[in-house]
Amino acid sequence: MRLKRALRGIGLEAGLLLIGIPVLLWTLIPIYHMFLFAISPKDAAFSGQLWPSHPTLRNFEMVIGQKHHFLYHFWLQMWNSLVISVGTAAITLFVATAAAFAISRLRMKGGRLVMNLALLTYFIPAAFLAVPMYKTMGMYGLLNSDWSLVLAMTTLSSPYAIWILRQASDKLPVELDEAAMIDGASPLQLFRLIYLPLMVPSLIAVGTYALLLAWNEYLYAFLLLSKDTAITLPVALGNFLSADDSPWELLMTAGFLYALPPAAIYYAFRRYMSSGLTAGAVKG
Amino acid sequence: MTATTIETAARRDPRRAGFALSEKQTWGLLFVAPYIAIFIGFVLFPVGYSFWLARDPQLYVQLAADPIFLRTVVNTFIFLVVAINLKMALALFLSGFFTHKRWWVKVLAVLFVLPWAVPSIPTILSVRFMLNPEWGVINTLIFSLTAEDGPNWLNNPALALSLSMLVHIWKSLPFWTLILLAARLAIPGELYEAASVDGAGAWHRFRYITWPSMSTLYVTCTLLSMIFTVGDFNSVYLLTGGGPADLTHVLATLGIRYLRLDQIGMAMASIVCALPLVLPLVFFMMKRLSK
Repeated sequence: MRLKRALRGIGLEAGLLLIGIPVLLWTLIPIYHMFLFAISPKDAAFSGQLWPSHPTLRNFEMVIGQKHHFLYHFWLQMWNSLVISVGTAAITLFVATAAAFAISRLRMKGGRLVMNLALLTYFIPAAFLAVPMYKTMGMYGLLNSDWSLVLAMTTLSSPYAIWILRQASDKLPVELDEAAMIDGASPLQLFRLIYLPLMVPSLIAVGTYALLLAWNEYLYAFLLLSKDTAITLPVALGNFLSADDSPWELLMTAGFLYALPPAAIYYAFRRYMSSGLTAGAVKG
Repeated sequence: MTATTIETAARRDPRRAGFALSEKQTWGLLFVAPYIAIFIGFVLFPVGYSFWLARDPQLYVQLAADPIFLRTVVNTFIFLVVAINLKMALALFLSGFFTHKRWWVKVLAVLFVLPWAVPSIPTILSVRFMLNPEWGVINTLIFSLTAEDGPNWLNNPALALSLSMLVHIWKSLPFWTLILLAARLAIPGELYEAASVDGAGAWHRFRYITWPSMSTLYVTCTLLSMIFTVGDFNSVYLLTGGGPADLTHVLATLGIRYLRLDQIGMAMASIVCALPLVLPLVFFMMKRLSK
Protein backbone atom coordinates (compact mmCIF):
# COMPACT_ATOMS: atom_id res chain seq x y z
CA MET A 1 0.00 0.00 0.00
CA ARG A 2 2.73 2.43 1.02
CA LEU A 3 4.88 1.28 -1.87
CA LYS A 4 2.00 1.83 -4.26
CA ARG A 5 1.54 5.37 -3.00
CA ALA A 6 5.28 6.08 -3.26
CA LEU A 7 5.30 4.75 -6.81
CA ARG A 8 2.34 6.93 -7.71
CA GLY A 9 4.17 9.92 -6.22
CA ILE A 10 7.22 9.25 -8.36
CA GLY A 11 4.99 8.80 -11.38
CA LEU A 12 3.40 12.21 -10.79
CA GLU A 13 6.80 13.92 -10.44
CA ALA A 14 8.07 12.24 -13.60
CA GLY A 15 4.90 13.25 -15.44
CA LEU A 16 5.27 16.85 -14.30
CA LEU A 17 8.89 16.94 -15.49
CA LEU A 18 7.84 15.37 -18.76
CA ILE A 19 5.52 18.33 -19.31
CA GLY A 20 7.73 20.96 -17.71
CA ILE A 21 10.89 20.38 -19.73
CA PRO A 22 9.26 20.68 -23.17
CA VAL A 23 7.37 23.76 -21.97
CA LEU A 24 10.64 25.35 -20.83
CA LEU A 25 12.39 24.59 -24.14
CA TRP A 26 9.41 25.74 -26.21
CA THR A 27 9.25 29.03 -24.31
CA LEU A 28 12.93 29.88 -24.26
CA ILE A 29 14.36 28.66 -27.56
CA PRO A 30 13.38 31.68 -29.73
CA ILE A 31 14.48 34.08 -27.00
CA TYR A 32 17.73 32.24 -26.31
CA HIS A 33 18.44 32.08 -30.04
CA MET A 34 18.11 35.86 -30.19
CA PHE A 35 20.45 36.26 -27.22
CA LEU A 36 22.95 33.84 -28.78
CA PHE A 37 23.03 35.95 -31.94
CA ALA A 38 23.62 39.06 -29.85
CA ILE A 39 26.71 37.69 -28.09
CA SER A 40 28.23 35.87 -31.08
CA PRO A 41 30.76 37.32 -33.50
CA LYS A 42 29.48 37.87 -37.04
CA ASP A 43 29.09 34.59 -38.98
CA ALA A 44 29.58 32.46 -35.86
CA ALA A 45 25.95 32.55 -34.77
CA PHE A 46 24.84 30.06 -37.38
CA SER A 47 26.86 27.09 -36.28
CA GLY A 48 24.23 25.55 -34.02
CA GLN A 49 26.42 25.66 -30.93
CA LEU A 50 24.67 26.05 -27.59
CA TRP A 51 27.23 28.62 -26.44
CA PRO A 52 29.57 30.58 -28.77
CA SER A 53 33.24 29.60 -28.56
CA HIS A 54 34.18 33.29 -28.47
CA PRO A 55 31.36 35.23 -26.83
CA THR A 56 31.65 38.95 -27.46
CA LEU A 57 29.98 42.22 -26.54
CA ARG A 58 31.03 43.78 -29.82
CA ASN A 59 27.46 43.71 -31.20
CA PHE A 60 26.21 45.66 -28.21
CA GLU A 61 29.02 48.14 -28.71
CA MET A 62 28.03 48.56 -32.38
CA VAL A 63 24.36 49.09 -31.55
CA ILE A 64 24.89 51.40 -28.58
CA GLY A 65 27.49 53.39 -30.50
CA GLN A 66 25.18 53.49 -33.59
CA LYS A 67 28.07 52.24 -35.71
CA HIS A 68 26.12 50.78 -38.62
CA HIS A 69 24.10 52.62 -41.24
CA PHE A 70 20.99 50.66 -40.23
CA LEU A 71 21.46 51.97 -36.72
CA TYR A 72 22.35 55.64 -37.19
CA HIS A 73 19.15 56.70 -35.38
CA PHE A 74 18.96 53.88 -32.84
CA TRP A 75 18.74 56.08 -29.75
CA LEU A 76 16.40 58.56 -31.45
CA GLN A 77 14.12 55.68 -32.41
CA MET A 78 14.29 54.30 -28.88
CA TRP A 79 13.35 57.79 -27.67
CA ASN A 80 10.42 57.91 -30.13
CA SER A 81 9.21 54.57 -28.78
CA LEU A 82 9.46 55.91 -25.24
CA VAL A 83 7.67 59.19 -25.95
CA ILE A 84 4.89 57.43 -27.81
CA SER A 85 4.30 54.77 -25.18
CA VAL A 86 4.39 57.20 -22.27
CA GLY A 87 2.09 59.55 -24.19
CA THR A 88 -0.30 56.70 -24.94
CA ALA A 89 -0.34 55.58 -21.32
CA ALA A 90 -0.97 59.12 -20.05
CA ILE A 91 -3.77 59.91 -22.50
CA THR A 92 -5.36 56.47 -22.08
CA LEU A 93 -5.38 56.91 -18.31
CA PHE A 94 -6.92 60.36 -18.60
CA VAL A 95 -9.61 59.35 -21.09
CA ALA A 96 -10.48 55.98 -19.55
CA THR A 97 -10.47 57.08 -15.90
CA ALA A 98 -12.80 59.96 -16.67
CA ALA A 99 -15.14 57.80 -18.77
CA ALA A 100 -15.24 54.99 -16.19
CA PHE A 101 -16.02 57.58 -13.47
CA ALA A 102 -18.91 59.00 -15.48
CA ILE A 103 -20.33 55.57 -16.29
CA SER A 104 -19.82 53.85 -12.96
CA ARG A 105 -19.94 56.56 -10.27
CA LEU A 106 -22.04 59.35 -11.80
CA ARG A 107 -24.32 56.77 -13.44
CA MET A 108 -24.87 59.15 -16.31
CA LYS A 109 -27.68 58.53 -18.79
CA GLY A 110 -26.28 56.87 -21.87
CA GLY A 111 -23.38 55.44 -19.90
CA ARG A 112 -24.39 51.97 -21.00
CA LEU A 113 -24.36 53.06 -24.62
CA VAL A 114 -20.85 54.51 -24.24
CA MET A 115 -19.67 51.27 -22.62
CA ASN A 116 -21.15 49.24 -25.47
CA LEU A 117 -19.54 51.46 -28.10
CA ALA A 118 -16.21 51.00 -26.34
CA LEU A 119 -16.65 47.23 -26.21
CA LEU A 120 -17.59 47.19 -29.87
CA THR A 121 -14.35 49.06 -30.66
CA TYR A 122 -12.44 46.53 -28.58
CA PHE A 123 -13.83 43.80 -30.83
CA ILE A 124 -12.75 45.36 -34.13
CA PRO A 125 -9.71 43.32 -35.21
CA ALA A 126 -6.73 45.68 -34.98
CA ALA A 127 -5.48 45.00 -38.51
CA PHE A 128 -8.89 45.89 -39.93
CA LEU A 129 -9.07 49.25 -38.19
CA ALA A 130 -5.53 49.98 -39.39
CA VAL A 131 -6.63 50.63 -42.98
CA PRO A 132 -9.27 53.29 -42.16
CA MET A 133 -6.99 54.70 -39.48
CA TYR A 134 -4.15 55.21 -41.95
CA LYS A 135 -6.47 56.93 -44.41
CA THR A 136 -7.93 59.24 -41.77
CA MET A 137 -4.60 60.15 -40.22
CA GLY A 138 -3.57 61.23 -43.71
CA MET A 139 -6.66 63.44 -43.95
CA TYR A 140 -5.95 64.95 -40.52
CA GLY A 141 -2.39 65.66 -41.70
CA LEU A 142 -0.89 63.70 -38.81
CA LEU A 143 1.16 61.10 -40.72
CA ASN A 144 4.78 60.96 -39.54
CA SER A 145 3.93 62.80 -36.35
CA ASP A 146 4.15 61.22 -32.90
CA TRP A 147 0.55 62.26 -32.36
CA SER A 148 -0.79 59.94 -35.04
CA LEU A 149 0.56 56.85 -33.28
CA VAL A 150 -0.30 58.13 -29.79
CA LEU A 151 -3.90 58.79 -30.82
CA ALA A 152 -4.19 55.50 -32.72
CA MET A 153 -2.83 53.51 -29.78
CA THR A 154 -5.09 55.39 -27.38
CA THR A 155 -8.04 54.44 -29.58
CA LEU A 156 -6.99 50.80 -29.33
CA SER A 157 -6.19 50.77 -25.61
CA SER A 158 -8.93 52.89 -24.08
CA PRO A 159 -11.89 50.50 -24.63
CA TYR A 160 -10.31 47.72 -22.59
CA ALA A 161 -9.05 50.30 -20.09
CA ILE A 162 -12.55 51.72 -19.61
CA TRP A 163 -13.98 48.25 -19.21
CA ILE A 164 -11.45 47.20 -16.56
CA LEU A 165 -11.72 50.50 -14.68
CA ARG A 166 -15.51 50.41 -14.73
CA GLN A 167 -15.50 46.94 -13.19
CA ALA A 168 -13.05 47.99 -10.49
CA SER A 169 -15.03 51.16 -9.84
CA ASP A 170 -18.34 49.28 -9.56
CA LYS A 171 -16.87 47.45 -6.59
CA LEU A 172 -16.36 50.64 -4.55
CA PRO A 173 -19.29 51.17 -2.14
CA VAL A 174 -21.96 53.69 -3.26
CA GLU A 175 -22.16 54.98 0.32
CA LEU A 176 -18.80 56.71 -0.13
CA ASP A 177 -20.19 58.93 -2.87
CA GLU A 178 -23.42 59.52 -0.98
CA ALA A 179 -21.60 60.56 2.17
CA ALA A 180 -19.34 62.89 0.21
CA MET A 181 -22.29 64.39 -1.66
CA ILE A 182 -24.13 65.05 1.60
CA ASP A 183 -21.02 66.83 2.85
CA GLY A 184 -21.34 69.02 -0.23
CA ALA A 185 -18.60 67.55 -2.42
CA SER A 186 -18.89 68.38 -6.12
CA PRO A 187 -18.45 65.59 -8.67
CA LEU A 188 -15.00 66.97 -9.40
CA GLN A 189 -13.97 66.72 -5.72
CA LEU A 190 -15.50 63.25 -5.62
CA PHE A 191 -13.32 62.28 -8.56
CA ARG A 192 -10.14 63.78 -7.19
CA LEU A 193 -10.40 63.00 -3.47
CA ILE A 194 -12.25 59.69 -3.34
CA TYR A 195 -12.29 57.96 -6.68
CA LEU A 196 -8.67 58.43 -7.83
CA PRO A 197 -6.96 57.39 -4.57
CA LEU A 198 -9.06 54.23 -4.30
CA MET A 199 -8.45 53.26 -7.91
CA VAL A 200 -4.64 53.40 -7.80
CA PRO A 201 -3.99 49.64 -8.22
CA SER A 202 -6.28 49.44 -11.27
CA LEU A 203 -4.76 52.63 -12.69
CA ILE A 204 -1.30 51.07 -12.47
CA ALA A 205 -2.55 47.96 -14.27
CA VAL A 206 -4.24 49.97 -17.03
CA GLY A 207 -1.32 52.36 -17.43
CA THR A 208 1.11 49.46 -17.77
CA TYR A 209 -1.20 47.77 -20.25
CA ALA A 210 -1.36 50.87 -22.47
CA LEU A 211 2.39 51.49 -22.14
CA LEU A 212 3.30 47.96 -23.23
CA LEU A 213 0.69 47.93 -26.01
CA ALA A 214 2.18 51.08 -27.53
CA TRP A 215 5.80 50.06 -27.00
CA ASN A 216 5.24 46.67 -28.66
CA GLU A 217 3.09 47.89 -31.56
CA TYR A 218 4.46 47.21 -35.02
CA LEU A 219 1.66 47.42 -37.62
CA TYR A 220 0.28 50.87 -36.78
CA ALA A 221 3.76 52.27 -36.28
CA PHE A 222 4.88 51.01 -39.64
CA LEU A 223 1.83 52.42 -41.42
CA LEU A 224 1.69 55.80 -39.72
CA LEU A 225 5.40 56.64 -39.46
CA SER A 226 7.93 56.33 -42.25
CA LYS A 227 10.70 58.93 -41.88
CA ASP A 228 13.91 57.46 -40.39
CA THR A 229 13.86 60.06 -37.65
CA ALA A 230 10.15 59.63 -36.87
CA ILE A 231 9.83 55.84 -36.70
CA THR A 232 9.82 53.79 -33.53
CA LEU A 233 12.30 51.00 -32.88
CA PRO A 234 10.13 48.07 -34.09
CA VAL A 235 9.70 49.74 -37.49
CA ALA A 236 13.44 50.25 -37.71
CA LEU A 237 13.96 46.55 -36.93
CA GLY A 238 11.41 45.63 -39.59
CA ASN A 239 13.34 47.72 -42.11
CA PHE A 240 16.33 45.40 -41.71
CA LEU A 241 14.28 42.81 -43.57
CA SER A 242 14.03 44.84 -46.74
CA ALA A 243 17.78 44.66 -47.44
CA ASP A 244 19.67 41.56 -48.56
CA ASP A 245 22.89 42.32 -46.72
CA SER A 246 21.28 42.95 -43.34
CA PRO A 247 23.61 42.49 -40.38
CA TRP A 248 21.40 39.98 -38.60
CA GLU A 249 23.52 39.77 -35.47
CA LEU A 250 23.02 43.54 -35.04
CA LEU A 251 19.31 43.21 -35.68
CA MET A 252 19.06 40.58 -32.95
CA THR A 253 21.15 42.72 -30.58
CA ALA A 254 18.99 45.78 -31.17
CA GLY A 255 15.90 43.59 -30.79
CA PHE A 256 17.21 42.23 -27.52
CA LEU A 257 17.76 45.76 -26.16
CA TYR A 258 14.29 46.72 -27.37
CA ALA A 259 12.67 43.72 -25.65
CA LEU A 260 14.30 44.33 -22.26
CA PRO A 261 12.28 47.33 -20.99
CA PRO A 262 8.82 45.79 -21.58
CA ALA A 263 9.90 42.51 -19.97
CA ALA A 264 11.29 44.40 -16.96
CA ILE A 265 8.14 46.53 -16.66
CA TYR A 266 5.93 43.50 -16.98
CA TYR A 267 7.73 41.66 -14.19
CA ALA A 268 7.84 44.78 -11.98
CA PHE A 269 4.08 45.29 -12.25
CA ARG A 270 3.07 41.64 -12.63
CA ARG A 271 1.14 41.72 -9.35
CA TYR A 272 -1.12 44.52 -10.59
CA MET A 273 -1.31 43.19 -14.12
CA SER A 274 -2.52 39.71 -13.29
CA SER A 275 -5.04 40.77 -10.67
CA GLY A 276 -6.26 43.77 -12.65
CA LEU A 277 -6.31 42.39 -16.14
CA THR A 278 -7.39 38.80 -15.71
CA ALA A 279 -10.18 39.81 -13.32
CA GLY A 280 -12.09 41.30 -16.22
CA ALA A 281 -11.62 38.34 -18.47
CA VAL A 282 -12.51 35.77 -15.85
CA LYS A 283 -15.77 37.51 -15.10
CA GLY A 284 -16.90 37.13 -18.72
CA MET B 1 -49.54 52.36 -20.56
CA THR B 2 -50.50 53.58 -17.10
CA ALA B 3 -47.28 52.24 -15.66
CA THR B 4 -45.23 54.15 -18.18
CA THR B 5 -47.12 57.36 -17.49
CA ILE B 6 -46.50 57.04 -13.77
CA GLU B 7 -42.86 56.28 -14.38
CA THR B 8 -42.42 59.29 -16.63
CA ALA B 9 -44.20 61.44 -14.09
CA ALA B 10 -41.92 60.16 -11.37
CA ARG B 11 -38.90 60.94 -13.43
CA ARG B 12 -40.14 64.51 -13.95
CA ASP B 13 -40.77 64.87 -10.23
CA PRO B 14 -38.69 67.92 -9.31
CA ARG B 15 -37.66 66.38 -5.99
CA ARG B 16 -35.98 63.49 -7.79
CA ALA B 17 -34.79 65.15 -10.95
CA GLY B 18 -33.67 68.26 -9.16
CA PHE B 19 -30.54 70.32 -9.45
CA ALA B 20 -28.22 67.64 -8.02
CA LEU B 21 -29.16 65.09 -10.66
CA SER B 22 -28.82 67.40 -13.62
CA GLU B 23 -25.50 68.61 -12.27
CA LYS B 24 -24.38 64.99 -12.08
CA GLN B 25 -25.55 64.52 -15.64
CA THR B 26 -23.63 67.55 -16.89
CA TRP B 27 -20.47 66.41 -15.16
CA GLY B 28 -21.02 62.92 -16.54
CA LEU B 29 -21.12 64.26 -20.07
CA LEU B 30 -18.02 66.31 -19.42
CA PHE B 31 -16.11 63.32 -18.07
CA VAL B 32 -17.10 61.07 -20.93
CA ALA B 33 -16.46 63.71 -23.60
CA PRO B 34 -12.76 62.89 -24.20
CA TYR B 35 -13.58 59.28 -25.01
CA ILE B 36 -16.50 60.28 -27.21
CA ALA B 37 -14.18 62.63 -29.11
CA ILE B 38 -11.67 59.80 -29.65
CA PHE B 39 -14.46 57.44 -30.69
CA ILE B 40 -15.90 59.86 -33.24
CA GLY B 41 -12.54 61.01 -34.59
CA PHE B 42 -10.72 57.70 -34.78
CA VAL B 43 -13.39 54.99 -34.97
CA LEU B 44 -16.73 56.28 -36.23
CA PHE B 45 -15.45 58.64 -38.90
CA PRO B 46 -12.67 56.36 -40.27
CA VAL B 47 -14.93 53.32 -40.38
CA GLY B 48 -17.82 55.24 -41.96
CA TYR B 49 -15.53 56.85 -44.51
CA SER B 50 -13.97 53.51 -45.41
CA PHE B 51 -17.34 51.86 -45.93
CA TRP B 52 -18.11 54.71 -48.27
CA LEU B 53 -14.86 54.04 -50.13
CA ALA B 54 -15.81 50.36 -50.43
CA ARG B 55 -19.28 51.04 -51.81
CA ASP B 56 -18.50 50.27 -55.49
CA PRO B 57 -19.83 46.77 -56.38
CA GLN B 58 -17.12 46.54 -59.06
CA LEU B 59 -14.54 46.21 -56.28
CA TYR B 60 -16.12 42.98 -55.10
CA VAL B 61 -16.15 41.55 -58.60
CA GLN B 62 -12.45 42.39 -58.85
CA LEU B 63 -11.80 40.90 -55.44
CA ALA B 64 -13.58 37.64 -56.24
CA ALA B 65 -11.51 37.42 -59.44
CA ASP B 66 -8.26 37.74 -57.48
CA PRO B 67 -7.01 34.19 -56.80
CA ILE B 68 -5.01 35.47 -53.81
CA PHE B 69 -8.22 36.57 -52.14
CA LEU B 70 -9.82 33.12 -52.24
CA ARG B 71 -6.63 31.55 -50.95
CA THR B 72 -6.52 34.15 -48.18
CA VAL B 73 -10.04 33.35 -47.04
CA VAL B 74 -9.20 29.64 -46.88
CA ASN B 75 -5.96 30.38 -44.99
CA THR B 76 -7.76 32.60 -42.48
CA PHE B 77 -10.34 29.90 -41.89
CA ILE B 78 -7.67 27.22 -41.33
CA PHE B 79 -5.75 29.58 -39.08
CA LEU B 80 -8.79 30.29 -36.91
CA VAL B 81 -10.05 26.73 -36.64
CA VAL B 82 -6.75 24.90 -36.22
CA ALA B 83 -4.53 27.38 -34.39
CA ILE B 84 -7.13 28.66 -31.93
CA ASN B 85 -8.49 25.27 -30.95
CA LEU B 86 -5.02 23.81 -30.58
CA LYS B 87 -3.93 26.79 -28.52
CA MET B 88 -6.96 26.76 -26.22
CA ALA B 89 -6.71 23.01 -25.65
CA LEU B 90 -3.03 23.43 -24.78
CA ALA B 91 -3.84 26.36 -22.51
CA LEU B 92 -6.47 24.29 -20.70
CA PHE B 93 -4.01 21.44 -20.25
CA LEU B 94 -1.13 23.66 -19.11
CA SER B 95 -3.33 25.61 -16.70
CA GLY B 96 -3.80 22.27 -14.92
CA PHE B 97 -0.04 21.72 -14.93
CA PHE B 98 0.59 25.11 -13.33
CA THR B 99 -1.75 24.40 -10.41
CA HIS B 100 0.82 21.92 -9.05
CA LYS B 101 2.71 23.39 -6.12
CA ARG B 102 6.43 22.84 -6.73
CA TRP B 103 9.14 25.47 -6.54
CA TRP B 104 10.26 24.75 -10.09
CA VAL B 105 6.74 24.96 -11.47
CA LYS B 106 6.54 28.46 -9.97
CA VAL B 107 9.82 29.45 -11.64
CA LEU B 108 8.61 27.96 -14.91
CA ALA B 109 5.34 29.92 -14.63
CA VAL B 110 7.36 33.14 -14.40
CA LEU B 111 9.48 32.29 -17.46
CA PHE B 112 6.48 30.95 -19.37
CA VAL B 113 5.02 34.47 -19.62
CA LEU B 114 8.05 35.83 -21.49
CA PRO B 115 6.71 35.27 -25.05
CA TRP B 116 3.68 37.35 -24.17
CA ALA B 117 5.63 40.02 -22.26
CA VAL B 118 8.24 40.75 -24.93
CA PRO B 119 7.45 42.45 -28.26
CA SER B 120 6.70 40.24 -31.28
CA ILE B 121 9.16 41.61 -33.76
CA PRO B 122 12.52 40.46 -32.34
CA THR B 123 11.24 37.03 -31.32
CA ILE B 124 9.40 36.31 -34.58
CA LEU B 125 12.44 37.43 -36.57
CA SER B 126 14.56 35.16 -34.38
CA VAL B 127 12.32 32.23 -35.38
CA ARG B 128 12.59 33.34 -38.99
CA PHE B 129 16.38 33.18 -38.78
CA MET B 130 16.24 29.74 -37.19
CA LEU B 131 14.26 28.58 -40.22
CA ASN B 132 16.61 29.99 -42.83
CA PRO B 133 17.28 27.08 -45.22
CA GLU B 134 21.00 27.72 -45.76
CA TRP B 135 22.44 28.76 -42.43
CA GLY B 136 19.53 28.69 -39.99
CA VAL B 137 20.24 26.71 -36.85
CA ILE B 138 17.53 24.12 -37.56
CA ASN B 139 18.83 23.08 -40.95
CA THR B 140 22.40 23.20 -39.66
CA LEU B 141 21.40 20.68 -37.01
CA ILE B 142 19.51 18.53 -39.51
CA PHE B 143 22.55 18.53 -41.74
CA SER B 144 24.98 17.60 -38.99
CA LEU B 145 22.70 14.79 -37.80
CA THR B 146 21.59 13.29 -41.10
CA ALA B 147 24.08 14.74 -43.61
CA GLU B 148 21.09 15.79 -45.70
CA ASP B 149 19.69 19.24 -46.41
CA GLY B 150 16.65 20.18 -44.36
CA PRO B 151 13.48 21.46 -46.02
CA ASN B 152 13.17 25.00 -47.31
CA TRP B 153 10.73 25.78 -44.50
CA LEU B 154 9.23 29.09 -45.53
CA ASN B 155 9.21 28.37 -49.24
CA ASN B 156 6.49 25.76 -48.90
CA PRO B 157 3.08 27.41 -48.44
CA ALA B 158 1.63 24.67 -46.22
CA LEU B 159 4.73 24.55 -44.00
CA ALA B 160 4.98 28.34 -43.88
CA LEU B 161 1.36 28.74 -42.81
CA SER B 162 1.72 26.00 -40.19
CA LEU B 163 4.82 27.71 -38.82
CA SER B 164 2.94 31.03 -38.65
CA MET B 165 0.31 29.25 -36.59
CA LEU B 166 3.00 27.89 -34.29
CA VAL B 167 4.44 31.38 -33.86
CA HIS B 168 0.97 32.66 -33.05
CA ILE B 169 0.52 29.91 -30.47
CA TRP B 170 3.96 30.58 -29.00
CA LYS B 171 3.12 34.25 -28.58
CA SER B 172 -0.39 34.07 -27.12
CA LEU B 173 -0.48 30.74 -25.27
CA PRO B 174 0.79 32.27 -21.98
CA PHE B 175 -2.00 34.84 -21.85
CA TRP B 176 -4.81 32.30 -22.21
CA THR B 177 -3.09 29.83 -19.89
CA LEU B 178 -2.97 32.52 -17.18
CA ILE B 179 -6.67 33.29 -17.63
CA LEU B 180 -7.66 29.63 -17.43
CA LEU B 181 -5.29 29.14 -14.48
CA ALA B 182 -7.04 31.97 -12.61
CA ALA B 183 -10.35 30.22 -13.26
CA ARG B 184 -9.01 26.88 -12.03
CA LEU B 185 -7.66 28.44 -8.85
CA ALA B 186 -11.09 29.94 -8.17
CA ILE B 187 -12.64 26.46 -7.89
CA PRO B 188 -13.03 25.59 -4.18
CA GLY B 189 -10.47 22.98 -3.11
CA GLU B 190 -13.01 21.14 -0.95
CA LEU B 191 -14.71 19.86 -4.08
CA TYR B 192 -11.55 18.03 -5.10
CA GLU B 193 -10.93 16.72 -1.58
CA ALA B 194 -14.46 15.33 -1.41
CA ALA B 195 -14.02 13.73 -4.82
CA SER B 196 -10.71 12.15 -3.76
CA VAL B 197 -12.35 10.69 -0.68
CA ASP B 198 -14.98 9.19 -2.96
CA GLY B 199 -12.16 7.64 -4.99
CA ALA B 200 -12.45 9.79 -8.13
CA GLY B 201 -9.41 9.63 -10.43
CA ALA B 202 -7.80 12.56 -12.24
CA TRP B 203 -10.03 12.21 -15.28
CA HIS B 204 -13.22 12.10 -13.22
CA ARG B 205 -12.15 15.12 -11.20
CA PHE B 206 -11.60 17.03 -14.45
CA ARG B 207 -14.79 15.76 -16.08
CA TYR B 208 -17.16 16.38 -13.16
CA ILE B 209 -15.59 19.29 -11.26
CA THR B 210 -13.10 21.31 -13.33
CA TRP B 211 -14.77 21.30 -16.72
CA PRO B 212 -18.33 22.18 -15.63
CA SER B 213 -17.06 25.25 -13.78
CA MET B 214 -14.80 26.37 -16.62
CA SER B 215 -16.64 25.49 -19.81
CA THR B 216 -18.40 28.87 -20.17
CA LEU B 217 -15.14 30.75 -19.73
CA TYR B 218 -13.40 28.37 -22.11
CA VAL B 219 -15.92 29.09 -24.86
CA THR B 220 -15.76 32.84 -24.19
CA CYS B 221 -11.97 32.77 -24.38
CA THR B 222 -12.03 30.75 -27.60
CA LEU B 223 -14.36 33.24 -29.30
CA LEU B 224 -12.42 36.23 -27.97
CA SER B 225 -9.21 34.69 -29.20
CA MET B 226 -10.76 34.17 -32.64
CA ILE B 227 -11.70 37.85 -32.85
CA PHE B 228 -8.19 38.90 -31.82
CA THR B 229 -6.59 36.44 -34.21
CA VAL B 230 -8.51 37.72 -37.22
CA GLY B 231 -6.56 40.91 -36.55
CA ASP B 232 -3.20 39.19 -35.97
CA PHE B 233 -0.93 40.76 -38.53
CA ASN B 234 2.48 40.04 -37.00
CA SER B 235 2.51 36.22 -36.86
CA VAL B 236 2.08 35.91 -40.60
CA TYR B 237 3.66 39.09 -41.92
CA LEU B 238 6.87 38.96 -39.92
CA LEU B 239 7.45 35.27 -40.54
CA THR B 240 6.43 34.73 -44.15
CA GLY B 241 5.58 38.21 -45.42
CA GLY B 242 2.55 36.55 -47.04
CA GLY B 243 4.84 34.56 -49.29
CA PRO B 244 5.85 32.40 -51.06
CA ALA B 245 3.98 33.93 -54.02
CA ASP B 246 1.35 35.53 -51.73
CA LEU B 247 0.05 32.07 -50.81
CA THR B 248 0.13 32.44 -47.02
CA HIS B 249 -1.78 35.70 -46.60
CA VAL B 250 -4.57 35.92 -44.06
CA LEU B 251 -7.24 38.64 -44.11
CA ALA B 252 -5.22 40.74 -41.66
CA THR B 253 -2.21 40.91 -43.99
CA LEU B 254 -4.15 41.03 -47.26
CA GLY B 255 -5.86 44.33 -46.39
CA ILE B 256 -2.46 45.84 -45.61
CA ARG B 257 -1.04 44.40 -48.84
CA TYR B 258 -3.73 46.16 -50.90
CA LEU B 259 -3.13 49.32 -48.89
CA ARG B 260 0.59 49.18 -49.68
CA LEU B 261 -0.26 48.74 -53.37
CA ASP B 262 -2.32 51.92 -53.03
CA GLN B 263 -5.59 50.06 -53.63
CA ILE B 264 -7.48 51.33 -50.62
CA GLY B 265 -10.83 50.41 -52.17
CA MET B 266 -9.74 46.78 -52.49
CA ALA B 267 -8.31 46.87 -48.97
CA MET B 268 -11.63 48.00 -47.55
CA ALA B 269 -13.60 45.60 -49.75
CA SER B 270 -11.55 42.68 -48.44
CA ILE B 271 -12.31 43.80 -44.88
CA VAL B 272 -16.02 44.18 -45.67
CA CYS B 273 -15.94 40.59 -46.96
CA ALA B 274 -14.56 39.48 -43.58
CA LEU B 275 -17.51 40.97 -41.72
CA PRO B 276 -19.78 37.91 -42.08
CA LEU B 277 -17.04 36.02 -40.25
CA VAL B 278 -16.41 38.62 -37.57
CA LEU B 279 -19.84 40.11 -36.84
CA PRO B 280 -21.49 36.95 -35.42
CA LEU B 281 -18.52 36.53 -33.07
CA VAL B 282 -18.70 40.18 -32.03
CA PHE B 283 -22.47 40.00 -31.55
CA PHE B 284 -22.11 36.93 -29.36
CA MET B 285 -19.32 38.48 -27.29
CA MET B 286 -21.27 41.72 -26.82
CA LYS B 287 -24.24 39.76 -25.48
CA ARG B 288 -21.94 37.94 -23.09
CA LEU B 289 -19.92 40.84 -21.80
CA SER B 290 -22.28 43.82 -21.74
CA LYS B 291 -24.44 42.79 -18.83
